[in-house]
Amino acid sequence: MKGNLKKWTGDYGLFLLVVILLVSLWQWIVKQGMVPAFILPSPSAIWASLIDNRELLFEEHLPATLKEVLIGFGFSLAGGLLLGIGMHFFRPVEKILYPFLVISQTVPLIAISPIFIMWFGYSIWSKIAVTILTAFFPIVVSTYDGLKAGGKEYRELLQTMGAGRWMIFKKIQMPMALPSIFSGLKMSVVYCVVGATIGEWLGASEGLGYFSRRMSGNLKADAVFAAIFLLSLLGIVLFLLISLVEKQLLKNQNR
Amino acid sequence: MRGAIGLSNSSMLSIKDLTYSFSGERPIFQEISLDVKSGEFVSVIGASGSGKSTLFKLITGLLEPEAGKIRIGQQDSKRRLGQVGYMPQKDLLLPWRTVLDNVLLPLEVKKEKSQEKIPEVREWLARFGLADYENAYPNELSGGMKQRVAFLRTLVTGRDLLLLDEPFGALDSLTKRNMHSWLLGLWGELQKTVLFITHDLEEAILLSDRIYLLRGNGIQELKVSLPRPRISELIYQSDFMAMRKELEWLIQHER
Repeated sequence: MKGNLKKWTGDYGLFLLVVILLVSLWQWIVKQGMVPAFILPSPSAIWASLIDNRELLFEEHLPATLKEVLIGFGFSLAGGLLLGIGMHFFRPVEKILYPFLVISQTVPLIAISPIFIMWFGYSIWSKIAVTILTAFFPIVVSTYDGLKAGGKEYRELLQTMGAGRWMIFKKIQMPMALPSIFSGLKMSVVYCVVGATIGEWLGASEGLGYFSRRMSGNLKADAVFAAIFLLSLLGIVLFLLISLVEKQLLKNQNR
Repeated sequence: MRGAIGLSNSSMLSIKDLTYSFSGERPIFQEISLDVKSGEFVSVIGASGSGKSTLFKLITGLLEPEAGKIRIGQQDSKRRLGQVGYMPQKDLLLPWRTVLDNVLLPLEVKKEKSQEKIPEVREWLARFGLADYENAYPNELSGGMKQRVAFLRTLVTGRDLLLLDEPFGALDSLTKRNMHSWLLGLWGELQKTVLFITHDLEEAILLSDRIYLLRGNGIQELKVSLPRPRISELIYQSDFMAMRKELEWLIQHER
C-alpha cells in the first residue's frame, strides 16, 4: 500500500500541487475584487453553488446527460466497430464509405445540430444523434486502421497453417487491433460528453448542458461553472473507466 | 537409425522446372528442380538475395510459381497452404498468449479439439526443456527458448514436412551451438522431413544429409557423407573441414 501511495504521489503530485496553487490564486484574485464575481466567480462560490443545487444537479441533470452519453456511446461503439470491420473485409464498402465518413466530420456540428432538433424534436434522440455524430468517427478510424496494421508476417504464418480470413481475423488481427481501438474509444467517450452538451444547448428540457445554458441566461456564473465542473468530471471518469478496462484486457498484449 | 543411409524412398517434396520472378525483374529461379525424400534433413544455402525465403514461400503456397510443378507428399494437390509446417525467420510468437497457448495455435486453426492434445503437448514441452514455462509469456523467455517454442509450434501442425527458415539465425554463437546439439539429439525420434534454410555453412554440414546451393538462378546439389548419429564436436574433424572448404569455394566462385 505504501509503495502504491508513493508511486501515486510521484505520478500526480506535481499536477495536484499546481492545481492547488492555481485555485488559490484564483480565489485570491476574485476576493481582492480584481474581477467582478458575475464574470469570474470564485472557486468557493462555485463549490457553494454546487452544494446549493446538488439535488437538481445530481438527481436530475447529471443522470439525464449521463443517459444521453451512454446511449450515444453504445450506438457509436456498435456502429463504429461494425463499420470498421466491414470496411476491413470488403473493399467496396471502404471505397464507398470512407469519403462519407470524412465529410461527416467536416460538417460544422453547431450548424447541423438544429436540423437534428427539427427531425427528432426535443426528445432524447436529438441529443443522442449529435452525440453519435461526434463520437463514432474515432471508433471507425481506430478499428479500421488497427485491423489494417496487423502484421503481414503473422498473417502469412497462419495462412501456412491453413487459416482462412475469418480465422486470421479472430486469432491475429483483432487482438492486434485492440490497442488502437481502445485509443479510439477513449477519445470517443470524451467526445460523447461534448456532443451531449452541445445537443442540450440547442434544445432540451434537462441535462447539464441545458442547466448551464439556463444559468448563463440568468447571469449565474457560479452555477454555470458548477455544471461545467461536473461535465468535465464526467468526461474524466468515463475516460478512466475505459483505461481501466483496457489495462485489464491488454495486460499481456504489449509485454 | 535413419540418416544418410537407409532412407525410405518415398518422395516428400518434389519440385520440377520451377521458374519464378518478381514482377518485371529477371527470374530469381530458372527451371530449378529438387527432391526431398521422406526422413531427410536437407539444407538450402545461398548468398542473401538468392531467393531462399522466396523458395519457401513458393513451397508453402504463399506464392504461386510462373512455371513448373511443386508436389508435397504423394498426391498432386492444387492447394498447398496448410500442407507443411513452416517456421519463419522470426519466432512470431503471439505476445498475448502463453507458451502453451502459442504452441496450441496450429490446432485451433485446424479447428481440432486443442484441449485434448494438451497432455501430449506438455510431454513435448518437457522434452524441449520448457516444462516450467508453459504459462510464461514470450517476453519472459530467452532467445533460444523462443526458438524452441516456435519449433514446437511447427511440430504441432502435425505435418511431415517442416520448412525451417534460418531458425537459429538470430541467436548468439554459443546458444546456437547448444541448439545444434539439442536438435541432433532429437533428430532420431522426430520422424520428420526437414528443409532448412541457413547461411551458416558449418550448420548446414553438421545437420544435413544433403545441401542444395542456390547460385545465380540455378541450383546445385551436394551430399554430406558424415554418418549419423552426429554430435556437434564433429566440426573439428578433418572430413568436416574439407567439406566446408569445398562449399566455401563453390560459393565464392558463383559468379
